[in-house]
Amino acid sequence: MTAAVRMLRETTKSDTAQPIVEVRHISKRYGSSVEALRDINLTFPTGQLTSLLGPSGCGKTTLLKIIAGLLEPTGGEVVVKGKTVTGPGPERAFVFQDFALMPWASVLRNAAFGLELQGIDKKKREETARHYINQVGLSGFENRYPHELSGGMRQRVGLARALAVNADVLLLDEPFSAVDEQNRRKFQEDLLRLREVERKTLIFVTHSIEEAVYLSDRIVLLSPRPGRVSEIIEPHVDRSGPPDLIRRNPAYLDTVEEIWHGLRDYAD
Amino acid sequence: MTIAGYRIPPLASLILWAIVWEIVGRLGLVFLFPPLSHVVMELGQVVGSTTFLNAAIMTVKCFVIGIALSIAVGVLLGLLMGRVDAADKLLGMWVNLFVSAPLSALVPVIMILFGMGESTIIVTVFLFAVWIIALDTRAGVRDMPPSLLAMAKSFGASRWQVLTKIVFFAALPEILAGIRLGVIRGVKGVVIGQLLVSIIGLGELFEVYSRNFLMEEFWALTLIVFAFALGAAELIAMLERKIDFYAGVRHA
Repeated sequence: MTAAVRMLRETTKSDTAQPIVEVRHISKRYGSSVEALRDINLTFPTGQLTSLLGPSGCGKTTLLKIIAGLLEPTGGEVVVKGKTVTGPGPERAFVFQDFALMPWASVLRNAAFGLELQGIDKKKREETARHYINQVGLSGFENRYPHELSGGMRQRVGLARALAVNADVLLLDEPFSAVDEQNRRKFQEDLLRLREVERKTLIFVTHSIEEAVYLSDRIVLLSPRPGRVSEIIEPHVDRSGPPDLIRRNPAYLDTVEEIWHGLRDYAD
Repeated sequence: MTIAGYRIPPLASLILWAIVWEIVGRLGLVFLFPPLSHVVMELGQVVGSTTFLNAAIMTVKCFVIGIALSIAVGVLLGLLMGRVDAADKLLGMWVNLFVSAPLSALVPVIMILFGMGESTIIVTVFLFAVWIIALDTRAGVRDMPPSLLAMAKSFGASRWQVLTKIVFFAALPEILAGIRLGVIRGVKGVVIGQLLVSIIGLGELFEVYSRNFLMEEFWALTLIVFAFALGAAELIAMLERKIDFYAGVRHA
């Protein structure tokens, strides 16, 4: 299947699902010499998990931070729920690659921190935080500190913090890259389950092809230097069965193989 | 420390030097060094005297005010230098200059400005302590993980919230280390200040003892000042150990 056909199918698909995030002609330069992103146009349909996948240096994290309002684009605009992004906003929540937990605060305070900044009173915000700590499978750890937790558990706190502010869009920047392999798999499965419950739109940056195919409704492939959209893939993987079965599903395996063929040209 | 397989407790070296002092004192080689046992005996005498008590109260008062001022100014200065590049460029050179400058040379000038009383001592303590606190605070702010800042921003933190909820706590281990070093320097400042003014506080006592060759009293007073400096520093160190659990894991 050629890229053109995929693009066509992508446009028809996003007509049916209302886009919640639109990226219009985004470009980003660092100084005068480094061009990180060139003319990126993307729409992110409501309720879907879209992965930004590409080799290192393709600007996928840069794009995510621009959507988050943490970085300013050199050109173009990002529109979230019909409004142009000028900075971070309550309809978006970010999950960080290195967790970004406050080491001096307990799990409970970390998970409630987004609400604390919004000025929600202590009792109410801790109640909400407890709910999401439970949702990510950390109940019983509320009064522990980040250094007492494993990498996977720390990222669960990061996820609970992002869920607690009840944003419509979750932006996840390689959330599992600092988590060891077995915990990563478990976490991915939990993320799929949480998606069903929470009905969020997720934008997910990863460099792992398997991870992208396993989790995503849509995969945006970015090419490096400067970062451009090279292809959009919709892996039609049936996720109704148990996780082990999904990972052996022919559609899953074929998509992984296909993406690898597309990306191998960029391998060093 | 271990010698030939035996673990030597850290206090052992202190005992060793105490014995050396005692022997040298008893031999009567140098009249400046009376035996340690005599000095220790004199301790009670010195501490009990009203002159000492008045001098100590005045000294501690000046020290506490000076240190409190230097903590307030030093931490604010360090936060400013850590967060604002322009402030760092403007002030960095001066702070670095003052942290290593021989400030004792300035005390006579301070004396002219602030008179022969307590103000001079307070200003001396302040000048001795404030720079290292500012520098350490700045280092702590500069060293904080950038993702914590991005996190606070992404959840909509105001500049004030970033400063009070993130930056201050992220830099707290360095701030406390700076305060501990500042306290030690402050003790130097209070003694040097009083010695140079030499008519007030412990400085006066030191003058009186050394001028009249009351070496036992002189050394007793020295021991007290040393113990005070170490005790104050250890108090801060205890606070530091309380937050040690996150100082080491900040980047993990």
